[in-house]
Amino acid sequence: MTLLEIEAVHVEHKPRGRAPVRAVAGVDLAVAPGQIVGLVGESGCGKSSLARVAAGLTAPSAGQVRYAGRPVTPLGWRRRNADEVGLQMVFQNPYASLNPRRAVGEQLLDGVPAEVAGPARRARVAELLDRVGMPATAAARYPHQFSGGQRQRLAIARALAPQPRVIIADEPVTALDASSQAQVVNLLVGLVRELGMGMLFISHDLALVHEIADVTAVMYLGKIVEAAPTRRLWEQPLHPYTRALIDAVPRISAEPVLPATLAGEVPDPANAPSGCRFAPRCPHAFDRCAEAPPTVATGPSAAVACWLHQPQPAHL
Amino acid sequence: MGALLDIDRLAVALPGPRGPLPILHDVSLTVGEGELVGIAGESGCGKSMTAQTVLGLLPPGAKTTGSARFDGRELLTLDRKGWQRVRGRGIAMVFQDPTAALHPMLTVGTQLTEHMRIHLGMNRKAAQRRAVDLLDQVRLPDPERALRAYPHQFSGGMRQRVAIAGALAAQPRLLIADEPTTALDVTVQAGILALLDRLRRDTGLAVAFITHDLGVLSALTARSYVFYAGRVVEAGPTGALLTGPRHPYTAALLGARPHGGQTGVALTPIPGSPPAPGELPPGCAFSTRCAHVRDECRTAVPPLHPAGPDRTSACVIRTELEVAA
Repeated sequence: MTLLEIEAVHVEHKPRGRAPVRAVAGVDLAVAPGQIVGLVGESGCGKSSLARVAAGLTAPSAGQVRYAGRPVTPLGWRRRNADEVGLQMVFQNPYASLNPRRAVGEQLLDGVPAEVAGPARRARVAELLDRVGMPATAAARYPHQFSGGQRQRLAIARALAPQPRVIIADEPVTALDASSQAQVVNLLVGLVRELGMGMLFISHDLALVHEIADVTAVMYLGKIVEAAPTRRLWEQPLHPYTRALIDAVPRISAEPVLPATLAGEVPDPANAPSGCRFAPRCPHAFDRCAEAPPTVATGPSAAVACWLHQPQPAHL
Repeated sequence: MGALLDIDRLAVALPGPRGPLPILHDVSLTVGEGELVGIAGESGCGKSMTAQTVLGLLPPGAKTTGSARFDGRELLTLDRKGWQRVRGRGIAMVFQDPTAALHPMLTVGTQLTEHMRIHLGMNRKAAQRRAVDLLDQVRLPDPERALRAYPHQFSGGMRQRVAIAGALAAQPRLLIADEPTTALDVTVQAGILALLDRLRRDTGLAVAFITHDLGVLSALTARSYVFYAGRVVEAGPTGALLTGPRHPYTAALLGARPHGGQTGVALTPIPGSPPAPGELPPGCAFSTRCAHVRDECRTAVPPLHPAGPDRTSACVIRTELEVAA
């Protein structure tokens, strides 16, 4: 069963006085309970636009997002529908979800479901803090009194307050130092493994996604070019872009080895190349790439959109 | 002949509300001509403060002891004129955020040629030609057009390449790069690492590369220093240092990073967080977080001592350490 389903989602931004930009151009993605789906790609590929739509912060211009079988309605001024608070988001900047002028405990209380009444509410706050490895005394303090890593753990506690079943984490550890990075990553992985939550983990850090995700999806210029179980993707990348991303990760070795470079720049999404969007930078591009490749399944929860990996037509 | 940059027992203290706040303690570090040296550690460990000292960018009231020599000349006693001669032609710097180094309202061409006209005494035409050359060297597409563009018209990776071209404009002998690729995508990072390596080979440029990413350190540098709480805790050839760490902090940093391949296996975080300057524990600053701590660590600061070929470590344990997998 899938908890979160993203179906044929398109996102279009319309900057004033300029041509519309298609940040997401038809994406399908699903997250099951107890599963971490990693989403990787270069900046500007549409990862964050997709995350905001998946969390119901903005409406897609086409397509649909379903949480637990029901369509997600974009957030308005009113309180979110009780069925939908099970879908929560963690941002790169913890201040995006913490109010600097309110004590941490008060903010966590906001998220605790209304059924929990009386002294149990305070007890729930202490539990949440404990869950993210913070002392109960943190409840009386303010966000600025904590370090960046601690603040991110508080933001996660806030996201956990309504007992979500799916968390969308958009670059949650990018702004943190090595030691706090590992702490926050372990916390997030623990939530999925122990509480059976589903998580869409968005990051430009491929090594990290490799480490924690069950399934990895690779995004380029608004489209998912390849998705596969993480180990398979890493060992046997099918799409040339996936290969280029993996080869660009610097590795620790006894002798210095420079990572491989990828020619060219990410094109402006406002005038994306027709046909395969990666073709202008692809070392394997050939005539067929002038036409957009269809996405074909290559195995269980694996698919690729590349002409190099199409089933051969029978008449050839 | 000595090293191009020779920092010897440098200590820096900044003015604080309760008297001077020691930031750097007993830092010794060298960068040879045409050498790529890595400086690693978490934020607040003193990496950037070391760079600021070498560029004369310390805040007013900072107190320094020890010495920092560039090409044999003492830097710590330079006056304003002296610094102006060192910066640009001697030492140049690239920051994590390229927008910090580029003026948003001047074209790239104006900014690049200004350096050359001031430091190299070039006329406008010659400077223009060299600017095109530089942008070509950093592999910026269509350099002529780029000269007429403003910084905001470029992507982050292109802006960083423009900033590097700017740093190279006056032909420095040492480039200090402070986390220049941290905000960039891996693909763009790979391009910048290749660029720095090529410049070192082709022009003999020395580079001090500051980063918290041990993968980048390994890919690019020949020799490295690991900083913790304002001190060098381990130094040596990068490959040996990262594949066989001799200081528990280096080992802990290696354990905290993704090691790949084992989906579902958690990382090994370092407990706690680095101490703030002025709140260091007595003895070894890492003792409060160290998995190998002994009684003696809590009383005296262990000095750097030899730990294998060309290697030093500031730890009482003198053997190779296991990295948590």
